Amino acid sequence: MRRLIGLQELAGPMLLVVAAALLGTVVSISTQSYFTDALVKVAIVVALYVFIGNSGVLSFGHVSFVAVGAWTAGVLSVPAAEKPAIMPSLAHVLRDRTVGNLSSLALAALVGGICALIVALPLMRLSGLAAGIATFGVLEITHNLLRYEEKIGPGLNTFSSVPETTGLRQAALGALVVIVAAYAYGRSRLGRLLRATREDPAAARAAGVSVYRQRVTAFALSGLLAGLAGGLYVHLLPVNTESVYLDLTFITLAMLVIGGATSLWGAVVGALAVSALDSYLAVAENGTSFLGWQIDLPAGTRVIVVGALMAVVLILRPSGLTGGRELRLRWPW
Amino acid sequence: MTLAVLNIDWQTLTDAVALGAIYALMAVGIGLVFGVLRLVNFAYGQLVMAGAFALALASQWGWPVWAGIVLCFAVVLVLSLAMDRLVFRPLRSHSPAVMLVATFAVAFLLQSVAVLWFGSLGKIATSLAYLNRPVTISNVDIRKITIVAVIVALACLLALTALLERTTIGLHMRAASMDFQTARILGVRANRVIAVAVLLSGALAAVVAVMLTVQTPLVTPDFALRDTIIVLAGVVLGGMNRPVSATLGGFAIGFASGLLGGALPTDKSQYLPSFLFAAVILVLLVRPRGLFARKGAVERV
Repeated sequence: MRRLIGLQELAGPMLLVVAAALLGTVVSISTQSYFTDALVKVAIVVALYVFIGNSGVLSFGHVSFVAVGAWTAGVLSVPAAEKPAIMPSLAHVLRDRTVGNLSSLALAALVGGICALIVALPLMRLSGLAAGIATFGVLEITHNLLRYEEKIGPGLNTFSSVPETTGLRQAALGALVVIVAAYAYGRSRLGRLLRATREDPAAARAAGVSVYRQRVTAFALSGLLAGLAGGLYVHLLPVNTESVYLDLTFITLAMLVIGGATSLWGAVVGALAVSALDSYLAVAENGTSFLGWQIDLPAGTRVIVVGALMAVVLILRPSGLTGGRELRLRWPW
Repeated sequence: MTLAVLNIDWQTLTDAVALGAIYALMAVGIGLVFGVLRLVNFAYGQLVMAGAFALALASQWGWPVWAGIVLCFAVVLVLSLAMDRLVFRPLRSHSPAVMLVATFAVAFLLQSVAVLWFGSLGKIATSLAYLNRPVTISNVDIRKITIVAVIVALACLLALTALLERTTIGLHMRAASMDFQTARILGVRANRVIAVAVLLSGALAAVVAVMLTVQTPLVTPDFALRDTIIVLAGVVLGGMNRPVSATLGGFAIGFASGLLGGALPTDKSQYLPSFLFAAVILVLLVRPRGLFARKGAVERV
């Protein structure tokens, strides 16, 4: 019975993702891209949740690993013939190699995970504000290096001609993989130890838990998942350094906080709910009608609405829409 | 001698001091609010941005300089009071992480309002441009704004110190930032102390807006965003717990940023943010509570 309740915590988020993907198959092609985008956002937000949700430490730096994953997958999957055009000063090792879709995603995850581990080893000694600022520093450094280091990518250019393999199915499968990994980690011994340090660091230490080691593990895993999500992202649309920087950090953090940062269910609900609102507003900015009302919002409204919504949710329900709890249905029998 | 080795001339040095002075003011503004509310205001840069737009509009309408500055102060002060009432006050009892994320949201909100109203290309504030002209002191060209910035910053810091040390409301503010609960029990009025801190912090943001628009006359919606990120790093680097250490941190990072910008060879200068934030992370690892923090200070976040 307990196992059933536990599985419910996995089934809820997975069903929601599958439902979103199925809904995406019945709408028009132009609307479908919003669904695909939302599913990639689910992957990013769940990756964020693995660290922020379980450890209770704020990180502004996770989009760095999304960026690193996007760069890895992007550089390795641009067809060899087109590499000199968009990446003229690419290092030889990268110029001569092109890999398939799946391998590029796996490598994106691997590189994201390794980078996160390297960052975590020194940074997880910090907590609170110092950790927040230091992870922000990581984002700034990553952004700066990717922007100007043309040996490892397109620099200021956009990643055009990456095969756009992230359709609805790949995005949904990617999101499901990330959710299963996050669930497995959360249910594991390591996940429980980390949540113990979140609830009461002193008590956890007294019980022999190394706060540092648990945070490093979670940070590396979450970087790995973020790298995978970055790989999905670069196969979805032409990415450049600005699309994996402050705006993405803001929107994904908003999704996590609005949904409820301390649960997997909250991460998925937040990502899908904010995506739905955001896409609707994006459509409305181009003019649409709702129940017979002609709606034509000025461009830029969506960020205002999402920002305001985030502030309101934080004020009224600081633990998010789901209250930061996992999905628990009451059984009728 | 050492300066010559590092390839730094007097010009760079004075510019670095000026940048340090402006960043020090922003650091005090952020530190004052943190002192009483334990809240890191990520949206501080957007206050500066609003003030800068006020100046740009005033110069576009052909207002005299003093009127532009008055408008700038009015806009920033009203906006900071509104921020306090609408966001900070309802959030007061929440955890610092929630408050930080909320101000992050406010920052993006204000920035997109600015995009909506003024467009992302920005406007130009020209009325104080003459301060950009150099004066020559013993063969060194120094821009007037450099001197003005340093003098204004020193005057503001002195006035603020006098207020904190010599007046009753200053005493209340210091008590509140030591221990808010106890201070309230002893008769310090919470809302008043917070309102004064927010207003002072807003006034400093207006001063910063005036000086930054002289240095960078093109005002865009992301005006002062980069500066805020750097100053926040500086404030945490210096130590959030005392206004003095926050100010020193702000000055240090502005000075270091200006100096690095001048000292890096031109082909490496685009990597300035990397060097700067790598240094920030290194210092944080060695002194997590801040460079200038008092020993035994407990972190509350």
